[in-house]
Amino acid sequence: MVKPSKELVLSLYRGMVEIREFEMKAREIFRSGKMPGFIHVYIGEEAIATGICAQLRKDDYVASTHRGHGHAIAKGISARSSMAELMGAIDGCSGGRGGTMHLYEPEVGFLGSNGVVPPGILIATGAALSAKVRKSDQVAVAFFGDGAVNNGAFHEGLNFAATWNLPVIYVCENNLYATEMPFEQATKNTDVASRAAAYKIPGYQVDGNNVLEVYERAGEAVARARRGEGPTLLECRTYRWFGHHEGDAGTSYRAKEEIAKWRELDPVRRLRDKALADSLVTAEEFAQVDRDVEKVINDAAEYALKSPQPDVSTALDHVFSN
Amino acid sequence: MSQAEPEISQDAQRVITYAEAGVEALQEEMRRDPSIFYIGQGIGPRGGNFQQSRGLWAEFGGDRVRDTPIAERAQAGLGVGAALAGSHPVVDIVFLDFVLEAICEIIQQASTIHYISDGKFKVPLVIRAAGGGVRSTGPHHSHTFYSFFMHIPGLKVALPSTPYDVKGLMKTALRDQNPVVFIDHKGLYGVKGPVPKEEYLIPFGKAAIKRTGEHVTIVALSQMVHRALQAATLLEKQGISAEVIDPRTLAPFDSETILTSVAKTGRLVIVDEAYAACGVSAEIAAIVATQALYDLDSPIHRICALPAPHAFSPSLDNYLIPSVDRIVSEVARVAKDRS
Ligand SMILES: Cc1ncc(C[n+]2csc(CCOP(=O)(O)OP(=O)(O)O)c2C)c(N)n1
Ligand SMILES: [Mg+2]
Repeated sequence: MVKPSKELVLSLYRGMVEIREFEMKAREIFRSGKMPGFIHVYIGEEAIATGICAQLRKDDYVASTHRGHGHAIAKGISARSSMAELMGAIDGCSGGRGGTMHLYEPEVGFLGSNGVVPPGILIATGAALSAKVRKSDQVAVAFFGDGAVNNGAFHEGLNFAATWNLPVIYVCENNLYATEMPFEQATKNTDVASRAAAYKIPGYQVDGNNVLEVYERAGEAVARARRGEGPTLLECRTYRWFGHHEGDAGTSYRAKEEIAKWRELDPVRRLRDKALADSLVTAEEFAQVDRDVEKVINDAAEYALKSPQPDVSTALDHVFSN
Repeated sequence: MSQAEPEISQDAQRVITYAEAGVEALQEEMRRDPSIFYIGQGIGPRGGNFQQSRGLWAEFGGDRVRDTPIAERAQAGLGVGAALAGSHPVVDIVFLDFVLEAICEIIQQASTIHYISDGKFKVPLVIRAAGGGVRSTGPHHSHTFYSFFMHIPGLKVALPSTPYDVKGLMKTALRDQNPVVFIDHKGLYGVKGPVPKEEYLIPFGKAAIKRTGEHVTIVALSQMVHRALQAATLLEKQGISAEVIDPRTLAPFDSETILTSVAKTGRLVIVDEAYAACGVSAEIAAIVATQALYDLDSPIHRICALPAPHAFSPSLDNYLIPSVDRIVSEVARVAKDRS
């Protein structure tokens, strides 16, 4: 791996910490009983969204999943409007109509998180098709879990993109479980990257808890897509620290030792420790980022908690567009 | 209000087929709007199973007219993604039956995104497919699935019965910024009718009174419009004057034209090639029963496909789908009902 610059390390660090602190705050608000619905947090997996989106332009596309807060923030939706959306409030990026699983923002090419497991794969592929037909050099990223790869949409989408050489990067966040179902109970071939061979496209397994590795692999895949050479499948191995959703402890089907092992692989701490050991960044510089992010997240929470719920007079707005 | 049929003097008007009329609409709109592209199975060089895309590939090339693998779900899902990214895709599912393979993307994604993104994203997408049976297409290729699209807020549904309507409605669909489910009928692709050379569009939500009458209102859908018109001619000989209305779009739905007609005739028969249960016919009956019950002189009557899978054998198939004979006898009974 090439040696990263200090700026890059600090910006990836900031990206990951912002997602982590956002999710911690969301859990806190959820537990206080003020947040409607139920949330799936991304804690432990921050390196993936951060490393991938750091390689994207603002006009590139991302389609995401039920565990999508991190993707949204990494692609550039503000913490304020993300948190307000989690509250179902009018200042949310979807005006409170979508909620935790339906963040949208055309300004930054965010084509939505999703309440259904695999459609993001198809939506990103379709955006890539549009880019190709329009002869634009935009690329699209689909984030999805290990749970999506055994669904037919995965096959249909990858086959399309491979056949038509579409500019898509498929990012499988393999956190080893789909709800309580271990991946090896859901499939015989647990090597997701190897499935790329079925479509004759490149596939790589990546340490999803190493943001620099994710960043580097993403860079190659994005460049390849932009050159018009077609899709890449990246399998990022990772782990969610907590349950499937808030309320699930995540401990009845996962061994304590396993959880502890993966916590040791904390992507935020790994980046920090490495940069400190290399004397690339100082502890004070990291602490400054931590303080900045804390302010941003506290401000986002305050903003979201103050934002009103949509007025019922708007309940039938936007069913159709003009 | 209903839209009158154009003044048609047969010699001044060009006569083309239903399939050709659809192609013309696509050609004109694809020339006008470079964001439109067309994907589906066999719709490229072959021109589609029903010649419904004939000539498009030759004119617009493989970039904008693309044959796909057999993956209806992905076709629809890619259509949604492309629409979000600024294109206006037409996804031809060809057989309406196979829309079931794609339904989650149409209903869960396409119809919801404008609303749940607070109006930020639009989904200009045409899902095209041909319903109904023709020449024993059998149990997996003859279905008439449209009621569940009408059920869903955020979808528009067009259901043309004539070449004139196909062209005008398709052009409107391609200028609409919402997902439109555009349902042709397999049995109508070869049907000819007058289509002006001059450009025209047919607005959604305007029914067509295909024939005026005094004694009974027949609301018929898609191919059944033709059977209802034939029945009306035969009924005339029995002294029964039937008004035949084609809603043309199911969503938006033109209730007003039907209510106005029922206020005049006092009787309503609905003819639909789909099943009765929870069908469009049930919705139309509900509209009239809830809004115009006291205009009715006899109970609302529905003539629908009998509740069985589509049989292959022509004898059974013809029996299951409403025939002209069945329409004549059942409408006559309603018209004579003095209860
Ligand atoms: C089509 C579909 N089936 C089932 C569900 C319910 N569901 C939501 S998330 C989930 C597990 C997804 O696991 P995975 O894709 O591995 O993502 P992770 O939660 O591990 O991030 C399930 C089964 C759904 N949302 N959509
Ligand atoms: Mg998983």
